[in-house]
Amino acid sequence: MKKNNLKAWLYLLPAILFLGVFMVYPLIDVCVYSVEENYNFASQSFTGIGAGNFRYVLSDPYFVQALKNTFIIVAITVPLSTGFALLISLGLSSIKALRNTFQTVYFLPYVTNTLAVGLVFMILFKKTAYTDGMVNLLINKFGGASVDFIEGPYWAKMFVMCFYTVWVVMPFKILILTSALASVNQDYYKAAKVDGATSGRIFRKITLPMISPTVFYLIITGFIGAFKAYSDEVALFGTNLNAAGMNTIVGYVYDMLYGDSGGYPSYAAAAALILFAIVFTITYINLTFSKNKVQYM
Amino acid sequence: MKVVLENLTKRFPSRHKKGAEVIAVNHFNFEIPDGQLIGLLGPSGCGKSTTLNLISGLETPTEGKVFFGDEDVTNLPPEERGVGLVFQNYALYPHLTVEENIIFPLQNLKGAQKMSKEAMHQKAVETAKLVQIDGLMERKPKELSGGQQQRVAIARALVKIPKVLLLDEPLSNLDARLRLQTREELRRIQRDTGVTTIFVTHDQEEAMSISDLIIVMKEGVVHQIGKPQDVYDEPANLFVAQFLGTPQINVFHGEVKDGKLYIGEEAVLDVPGRKDMPVWVGIRPEGFIPDDDGPFTCRMDRVEVMGRDVSVVSTHPLMTGRNIRSIISSENRFKPGQETVRFRLKPYKVFLFDKESEERV
Repeated sequence: MKKNNLKAWLYLLPAILFLGVFMVYPLIDVCVYSVEENYNFASQSFTGIGAGNFRYVLSDPYFVQALKNTFIIVAITVPLSTGFALLISLGLSSIKALRNTFQTVYFLPYVTNTLAVGLVFMILFKKTAYTDGMVNLLINKFGGASVDFIEGPYWAKMFVMCFYTVWVVMPFKILILTSALASVNQDYYKAAKVDGATSGRIFRKITLPMISPTVFYLIITGFIGAFKAYSDEVALFGTNLNAAGMNTIVGYVYDMLYGDSGGYPSYAAAAALILFAIVFTITYINLTFSKNKVQYM
Repeated sequence: MKVVLENLTKRFPSRHKKGAEVIAVNHFNFEIPDGQLIGLLGPSGCGKSTTLNLISGLETPTEGKVFFGDEDVTNLPPEERGVGLVFQNYALYPHLTVEENIIFPLQNLKGAQKMSKEAMHQKAVETAKLVQIDGLMERKPKELSGGQQQRVAIARALVKIPKVLLLDEPLSNLDARLRLQTREELRRIQRDTGVTTIFVTHDQEEAMSISDLIIVMKEGVVHQIGKPQDVYDEPANLFVAQFLGTPQINVFHGEVKDGKLYIGEEAVLDVPGRKDMPVWVGIRPEGFIPDDDGPFTCRMDRVEVMGRDVSVVSTHPLMTGRNIRSIISSENRFKPGQETVRFRLKPYKVFLFDKESEERV
């Protein structure tokens, strides 16, 4: 028995070493950093241990702005992207002709580089000295006034941000949902049809419960993904997100570490832990609320 | 409700671009009398399920018509036909309880047929009692045994009081013992409700044991319709004769000559008035009588004792199968080491078929 145990540990060693160095140690380190007050990066010294870093971060207007942005993005993009993805998947699974073509088209954003897509969005939305951008031309056509979506008012920037996020995260959801829909046994639909159920009722009473584990998975990962948004913001508004007023929590963490005003690992660590607490809470709430709604067969 | 199929045909386009289309159901013409239990019998892939789908309305026929009573329902969608359908895998909604499953068809009723919650519950309990699952109403399908799931599926199909009840391979997902029980149960439920019931099966024993009428089909064509015993006793062609009965009928190359039936050199049976021609000779296993002076000589292989009966396994140069099986009373004794066995034949257990068309002659 003992010998076997030794062998087992030997086999586990590479994984333990790898995870220890690259996951466990950094995690512990983040917690340590977050409580070291007035940590000096150059001298690696600190003045005391306490919640000062959290107090500072929570009172930092940039962080508050980032928090607000993140919550708006989460609240708008998660339901919208999941809802649209569900609609599109339902459409895809009910057509035969051109299905593959449409599937490819809808999947394209997933394989396209974020920064490249960001650039395209800038061209679509940005107002320059030469042109108002395509979207503005459209607005003008319908009698509206041009809006600067990239450097203009907050709501316009937030609109572009959410639009972009929804567009980027949808392909993955469509992919997962179409396969979930395809895995529902056709006999259920036949049975329901013979039983006289309308298509609306079939969707509510049969399709939705059948794919509810998948939808739930997408909502949970959608929340987590949206809370960790950062690169999409950079793609649209550049690296100085604080100036643009479009920073997110992860963006704030990055700025605190490496940004122009960076070099504060303690603040970054505190912000990261706050983000963790938020994601943890939201996921917990999700799990609790969905317990009665999700049907695991 | 009487069900009439008139010239019913279903063709599916080929999967390959240039391949021929597949004819699943080929010019069906038959009438199913009201209130009977009908077994639709045939080997796998012969179009049984397609026929069922055509009757239920899940498929539309390429040609022909379906009547329920005098009403032409060919162009009606399934929900307006008033059929109940039980699937091979039951297709119970896994997230709903037994009661919710049974109520589901009632909740879909519209207009004047709409029912109150109380009435639906009442009806569900009533139907559940009929199939004896009224104690399981709060369970989920996965908490039920195969046989119980089957009953729930039947209850769901019956709750709306369908004009026609359709069952697709209703017993094939059950184990052997349960299958025997359930098929009697099916018979009882059908008798109690009096609903015209059509069930699909590839198991001839199943079909023969409970059906009022059986319809034998193969490759989309109806081969014979009749009462189980009649079809067994008077098969219309070689296929029907071979498909019904266990052990299978024994088939030999034979010839009719001068009013006698020859298998090889032996004149095994008098067939007065028959035209001289080469034939397939089908002999049911129970058609053999061991007789040392009998006209039909076979090479003895072995004797299998089955208690009440014995099965004599023998061979003959002109047989078509691997061996000849004859079922005889165990009162007959065989000597060990006996090399040949001689039989007399019961004339009504011997069928002659045309060599070309395989039709009964």
